[in-house]
Amino acid sequence: MKQLLRIRVNGEDFEVLIEPWKSLADVLRDELNLTGVKIGCNEGQCGSCTVLINGKPVKSCLVLAPMVNGKEILTIEGLAKDGRLHPLQEAFIKHFAVQCGFCTPGFILAAKGLLDENPDPTEEEVRKWLAGNLCRCTGYVKIIEAVLAAAESRS
Amino acid sequence: MKPFQYLDPANTSEAILLLAKYKEEAKVIAGGTDLVVQMRKRAVRPKYIVDINGIPGLDYIRYDAKEGLTIGALTTIRAFEKSAELWQRYPLISLAASKLGSVAIRNVATVGGNLCNAMPIADTAQALLALSAKAKIIGPEGERIIPLEDFFIGLGKNSLRTGELLVEIQVPVPLPNTRGLYLKHLTRGSIDLAIVNVTVVITFEPEDKVCKDIKIVLGSVAPTPIRARKAEEIMRGKRVNETLILRTAQEASEEANPRPGSIRASIEYKKEMVKLFTGHLIKEAVSPVPFQ
Repeated sequence: MKQLLRIRVNGEDFEVLIEPWKSLADVLRDELNLTGVKIGCNEGQCGSCTVLINGKPVKSCLVLAPMVNGKEILTIEGLAKDGRLHPLQEAFIKHFAVQCGFCTPGFILAAKGLLDENPDPTEEEVRKWLAGNLCRCTGYVKIIEAVLAAAESRS
Repeated sequence: MKPFQYLDPANTSEAILLLAKYKEEAKVIAGGTDLVVQMRKRAVRPKYIVDINGIPGLDYIRYDAKEGLTIGALTTIRAFEKSAELWQRYPLISLAASKLGSVAIRNVATVGGNLCNAMPIADTAQALLALSAKAKIIGPEGERIIPLEDFFIGLGKNSLRTGELLVEIQVPVPLPNTRGLYLKHLTRGSIDLAIVNVTVVITFEPEDKVCKDIKIVLGSVAPTPIRARKAEEIMRGKRVNETLILRTAQEASEEANPRPGSIRASIEYKKEMVKLFTGHLIKEAVSPVPFQ
C-alpha cells in the first residue's frame, strides 16, 4: 500500500504517494521526472545515482524512499541557479570531463559534496573522495582536473 | 524487490516489540547499504522492514579515560572517519572505517549494520575484535553484554535472538604501548570487498622488546572474522625477533581456512597473503618509526 512521502527537492517541497519498496532513485526519476539521477548498477557501486541528502553524497539507489521523509535532496537539476551553471558544471565542460555523460551528474554531485566540506582538496583527496563513482568513457583524468579547477575557481 | 510493510518505531521498546512480533519476517534497516542490495537480489525477502533511524540516542561516540569507548550502533562509518577524538585515541577503528566502501556509502552505513550483517570481511569487525570490544544488546528479556567474538556465529549470522537489537559497542582502554594496524587487500584501490584483511593489535615494550599481548584478526578466511589464537600464543609474552615474527605469521596462515571456489582468490593465495600481511603488520607495529 502506498504511503505519503514529504521531501524537499532542489528547493521545492513535494508530497508524493509512494510504495515503500521504491528507492529514492526510482521516486526522483519516476515521480518527479528528475532523470538526471541515473540508475547504473542499482547496487550502490557505480555512483551514477549519487544525490545530496541534507548536503551529503548518498547513493540514492540504496535508499528506500520512506527513509528520506522530511529530508532535503539536491539533484543535478538543482545545481544551476537562474540559468547560470555551477562552477563544477562549467569546469566539467571546459575540461572535457564529459563524454557520454551518464556518470556526470553523479560525479558532479559527489564533487560538490567534497568541495562543500573541503574547499581546497589535494588531487589525492579528490581521487579518494570520488572512488565511489565509476566512469567507463573518460579514464578519469579530465574529471579530476575539472574538480580541481572548480575548487580553484571558487577560492 | 518483494513488497513489504514499512514500520518506523519511535524508540527501542517499540522496535523490540515489532521485532518480537514479526520474528523472521521482519528485518531491521539502518543505513540499508547491505540490506537493500540483498533484498533486490532476493537473498532476503522480509515482509516487514523496521526502520530504526528514527530512534534517538543511538548515534554517539563517547570516550571515558576509565571506561574506554562507547559507540552507538547507529553511528555512521563516516562519523568514525571524521571523529578527531577517535583518530587520536583509537586510530585503528578510524582507519578500518575509512576503508569501508566509498564516501557515499559511509555517509549512511552504520557500525551496527556492518556488525549485524556478519560478513567475514567486515571492516569495523576487524578493528573492534582486535580491541576486545563488547556488544550491548537489548531485547524482550532485557539487556545483555557479550564479547564481540560471540556475536558472529556463521556466514552472515549473528547471535541476536528474536526481538533483539544491537544498541552499543564498548571498547576498553588499551594498555599503554599498544599499537594497531589494519591491512585490507583489494583488487582495486578502493570500494571492493577485501580479498583478505588482517588486523594486528600488539602491546609491545620497546625497551626489552617483549610482546606483552597480541591479537590477530583475519577476515575472509573463515565464515566469520577469526582470531588467529595459536599464532597469538606463539608471540605472546616473548621477546620479538625476526624468527618469532615468521613463525607467528606462518601459524596465522595455517589457522586461516578459506573456502574453496571463492571468486576473489584461491585458498593458497589467501593463506599466503595472511602470512605476508601478519608478518608485515607485526614488523610495522613494533618498529620504532611511528606509524603514519
